[in-house]
Amino acid sequence: MIVRLLGEGQYRVDDSLLARLNEIDAKVEKAVADGDEQALWSGLQSLAEMVRKNGEKLADEDLSPSDAIIPPEDLSLDEARELMQDEGFIPDIPVAS
Amino acid sequence: MPGLMSRLSLIFKAKFSKALDRAENPSETLDYSYEEQLRQLQNVKRGIADVTTAKKRLELQYTGMQQQVEKLDGQARTAVQAGREDLAREALTRKTAVQSQLEGIMQQGQQLEAQQQKLIEGERTLQAKVESFRTQKEVIKAQYSAAEAQVRIGEAATGIGEQMADVGLAIQRAKDKTEQMQARANAIDELTTAGALEDFTGSSGGDDIDRQLAALSQSSQVDDELAKMKAEVGRGSEPRQLEGEDAK
Repeated sequence: MIVRLLGEGQYRVDDSLLARLNEIDAKVEKAVADGDEQALWSGLQSLAEMVRKNGEKLADEDLSPSDAIIPPEDLSLDEARELMQDEGFIPDIPVAS
Repeated sequence: MPGLMSRLSLIFKAKFSKALDRAENPSETLDYSYEEQLRQLQNVKRGIADVTTAKKRLELQYTGMQQQVEKLDGQARTAVQAGREDLAREALTRKTAVQSQLEGIMQQGQQLEAQQQKLIEGERTLQAKVESFRTQKEVIKAQYSAAEAQVRIGEAATGIGEQMADVGLAIQRAKDKTEQMQARANAIDELTTAGALEDFTGSSGGDDIDRQLAALSQSSQVDDELAKMKAEVGRGSEPRQLEGEDAK
């Protein structure tokens, strides 16, 4: 599957990684609920590192869409909350019409 | 309840599912889509240019603050030389305040630098993808049936849209950061005005500090020159001797 690290790029990783990613993802969500920014950052960092370590970076020319998208490592609590609430955090995407 | 990663992925998918539904006339859609991508690429370039400009402006402001620190340091020195400990204390207090704020701004500046670097890489990737789309669209037009073409167009458009959104988000975040830094820098500018100094030190006469220090530095300049002249007239030119006298 293909994973995008926001602000960094796309990686191709083995499908088996998803379960481990989801595990950390749950911790990240808890960190946001607890308002624990340090835990949020360390969680996001673990996600990114796992993808970098186990994945292979996709070529720039590759047009494949991603299966999973991971937020930036320095995401603030406010940004994370915005992300949980609505879609306001992500700018409108100019899709081909 | 899905976590942050899952949530983000869902939001992206929802945004792009529209792209997959389109493409009724593949050939037309491909050309239009490419034109649109070029237009968006220009927007991205403009966005990055805006961030770069804002950052340069901040750097100028930052340099101004460093000069302010040096100036306050010089003023404190002058005050000490003139035996005005009260003024020296005020100037040093002010200097310390500006300095500590500067350190915070510098840290933020480093983060911004890193973000900007990624932004430029993201833009390069986007450009490569748009270019890749241009060549692929000709292949799709020539080789695929309408149904197959539809799927491929949808995928390619999604892949590019994702990159657009990624860079778009990075631009937005960098802009937010520059605005935050701008606000902090402005706050320091206010802090260094005489009025704010009054609140800051809790002492009276803060408004006069600049004027008093200026007067002091002027008068000591006069003293210096006078001393220099005396030395020249009295025992020939020995300017180095004067520094020793000043330090006492």
